[in-house]
Amino acid sequence: MNEIVEKKVLAPGTLLFRVSAPEIARRAEAGQFVVVRVSETGERIPLTIADFDREQETITMVFMQAGKTTRMLGALDVGDRILDVVGPLGRPSDVEYCGRAICVGGGYGVAPVFPIARALKQAANQVIGIIGARTAELIIFEKEMASVCDRLLISTDDGSRGHHGLVTDVLKTILEDGQKTDLVVAIGPAIMMKFVSLMTKSYGVKTLVSLNALMVDATGMCGVCRVSVGGKTFFSCVDGPEFDGHQVDYDELIARQSFYLEEERIALERYEEECRGDKRCLGT
Amino acid sequence: MPGDIGPRADMPRQDPRARARNFNEVALGYTPDMALEEARRCIQCKKPVCISGCPVEIDIKSFIGHIQEGDFLAAIKKIKETNSLPAVCGRVCPQEDQCELKCILGKKYGPVAIGRLERFVADWERANQLVSVDKPAHKKSKRVAVVGSGPAGLSAASELAKRGYGVTIFEALHRAGGVLVYGIPEFRLPKAIVQAEIDYIQGLGVELRTSVVIGKTCLLDELRKNYDAVFLGTGAGLPRFMGIKGENLNGIYSANEYLTRSNLMKAYLFPEWDTPIKIGRRVGVVGGGNVAMDAARTALRLGAEEVYLIYRRSREEMPARQEEIENAKEEGIQFKLLTNPVGCLGENRNLRAIRCIKMELGEPDESGRRRPVPVVGSEFDLEVDIFVVAIGQGPNPLVPRTTRGLETTKNGNIVVDQETLMTSLEGVFAGGDIVTGAATVILAMGAGRTAARSIDEYLSSP
Ligand SMILES: Cc1cc2nc3c(=O)[nH]c(=O)nc-3n(C[C@H](O)[C@H](O)[C@H](O)COP(=O)(O)OP(=O)(O)OC[C@H]3O[C@@H](n4cnc5c(N)ncnc54)[C@H](O)[C@@H]3O)c2cc1C
Ligand SMILES: Cc1cc2nc3c(=O)[nH]c(=O)nc-3n(C[C@H](O)[C@H](O)[C@H](O)COP(=O)(O)OP(=O)(O)OC[C@H]3O[C@@H](n4cnc5c(N)ncnc54)[C@H](O)[C@@H]3O)c2cc1C
Ligand code: SF4
Ligand code: SF4
Ligand code: FES
Repeated sequence: MNEIVEKKVLAPGTLLFRVSAPEIARRAEAGQFVVVRVSETGERIPLTIADFDREQETITMVFMQAGKTTRMLGALDVGDRILDVVGPLGRPSDVEYCGRAICVGGGYGVAPVFPIARALKQAANQVIGIIGARTAELIIFEKEMASVCDRLLISTDDGSRGHHGLVTDVLKTILEDGQKTDLVVAIGPAIMMKFVSLMTKSYGVKTLVSLNALMVDATGMCGVCRVSVGGKTFFSCVDGPEFDGHQVDYDELIARQSFYLEEERIALERYEEECRGDKRCLGT
Repeated sequence: MPGDIGPRADMPRQDPRARARNFNEVALGYTPDMALEEARRCIQCKKPVCISGCPVEIDIKSFIGHIQEGDFLAAIKKIKETNSLPAVCGRVCPQEDQCELKCILGKKYGPVAIGRLERFVADWERANQLVSVDKPAHKKSKRVAVVGSGPAGLSAASELAKRGYGVTIFEALHRAGGVLVYGIPEFRLPKAIVQAEIDYIQGLGVELRTSVVIGKTCLLDELRKNYDAVFLGTGAGLPRFMGIKGENLNGIYSANEYLTRSNLMKAYLFPEWDTPIKIGRRVGVVGGGNVAMDAARTALRLGAEEVYLIYRRSREEMPARQEEIENAKEEGIQFKLLTNPVGCLGENRNLRAIRCIKMELGEPDESGRRRPVPVVGSEFDLEVDIFVVAIGQGPNPLVPRTTRGLETTKNGNIVVDQETLMTSLEGVFAGGDIVTGAATVILAMGAGRTAARSIDEYLSSP
């Protein structure tokens, strides 16, 4: 259990793990996530289930090496076991036929939007994908997305691939192409989801976002993951992570995400100090 | 005889000034001499009324009798006939409201320190490595699933294993113990003690599967197919917030989050351990129970300069254990009684202060306690940078939400037959906080025992 059976570098600092997890693979649905713990003294961190294979009994996660835990995770190799993988957690996406759907993924968010795009396609929707990244080499899951989207559009902040600019620019052109859009799904940095939601609100298009609030237990026991949606408080680990994008208080989400920035910096610096040069280091 | 009964033997504790800054256990336990001295106070009543005060009916008279004879091993054996977690109960039971409340010496001389004696023999047994595992004589083929590894689940599992059943415990978190590991702090209940109890239960042959969430990883219906009976001990893990303005500001924790970070994730050891917690200069905690005391005392130990305990009634109505209220006071927690938070004030989305209002006690309410009513115009701001909400927990909804036909009350507690503890689903039993609402360790254990007994009957009937 929890053995890494495949490891791929998708982009600098963005890794893909396929992990043997029979019980999780059996029940996983698009939109759900797992909680991972890498070392005995480590944190519990949530990662979206980017794909699952019920026959091979594996789940796939794609993660950005943001801080200490994701770096330690990245230090593991094929054949290693991840200490704990719990899931599938959160509520599955509401996927049904609606007509035309646009799936927007930014950064690592392309990976979690993929199973939703696939499920939407399977539900007979017309699916348009929009992938955004800072620069061309950070674009991930392009092939996967292309295989389930009727059209796939790309934008980069520096113009090195596709449209030069933000995903919202591309989104706007589609929202204005004269055809009706019935649903937008956006996953990525909170700031991206905020601007996508602002835009689709003005077009009156229903929008789902997957919120990446801080989490600890992810079973509804601690309340750290609370988010304000439509003026009410929800626990995103059990009530979400998917919510109506037009109702989310993004500024609160962004502020809450950054509460431990100082501690995260300390943890990362210590880790780098301890592991200087050792790529497989798990720290102490 | 009663004429020469002396005062209760004090139990040594760490000095308040020192202990307020470390996470080591506060109470240090009796030495053998102290235990003998205290045990001799027990007059071995013909009709020992103390026993009726213990929810699991420990034969208190006999175990204390064994201590009087210096036979500590016999004493612990006696206790373990009905209580599988004596080192835990001796520490955290509200003895003053249970066994010790009933002790005949009570009013006149002060009750025999039953809890401290129980703790002493349990610690003595562990320290001398005399813990023996009585493996069941013969194995039964039937298997039982236990959901949740708090005191209810642990005691159900150990009773069932002793009766020869194959038992598997499923626990959502990565460590077993429930509130004993994620809630109650190290300085009140060292985690090594909880771990020793869990090792004992595993020694009985119980299989422990952590990181499995029933209702998510696996449904209750599937457990029912794969096991002959199921026990649900999922506890009261749903944190309540106050519903006041500004409650999602940075710096506001539920007690569950605060304690889980500190206890389970060992944030007090950051950065040796990875999970962070904010220390804060001034910390406010709202609530008057054990949970609030634990949070306030944790804040102090993490290094806060000022810690305020805000409670809307007066000290007499506080539900926390007397001993813990005194400990908290000694350590320097500042009590803001007859005070209630009405809002949280922020600056750049970080908490800056809690707006409070003064309260006064009016007519008694349904609970018999005098109802606190706000004093008009008495609002004031208490400057804090961390605020911990410890006003209670609701039942964990994960299993009921994902199981059809499992009857719950309107509060979400699982409904059971009072006698057998069977739920509305055949072969599914439940006990502990998930049934009663947040209660005590010993009541949860008692429920686990009762359920084990009726599961045995259920599985033995043709
Ligand atoms: C439901 C959900 C799904 C997610 N899916 C993915 C995914 O598929 N791929 C991916 O790369 N990332 C995902 N994340 C974010 C991921 O959890 C964080 O990147 C990770 O926790 C960072 O940990 P770290 O120690 O490496 O970095 P740190 O230095 O600790 O943190 C970097 C940033 O990550 C966030 N973060 C830190 N700790 C947590 C935590 N316990 N819970 C949530 N966020 C935290 C904070 O915003 C922080 O500023 C998801 C988050 C949530 C809530
Ligand atoms: C901070 C604090 C201090 C306390 N102090 C005292 C004290 O001094 N004295 C005293 O007597 N009592 C005290 N209590 C109360 C006491 O701890 C509880 O009454 C007791 O732990 C209840 O036991 P339980 O087994 O019913 O539930 P819990 O101890 O809550 O255990 C439930 C377990 O089930 C797990 N679980 C839940 N849902 C699932 C699921 N779907 N799948 C798998 N696992 C699941 C949880 O993760 C948890 O580990 C305190 C409580 C707290 C929070
Ligand atoms: S288990 Fe609790 S109530 Fe029973 S004798 Fe021990 S301390 Fe008293
Ligand atoms: S009631 Fe008190 S004195 Fe009597 S047997 Fe019990 S503990 Fe001893
Ligand atoms: S992460 Fe603890 S309640 Fe959601």
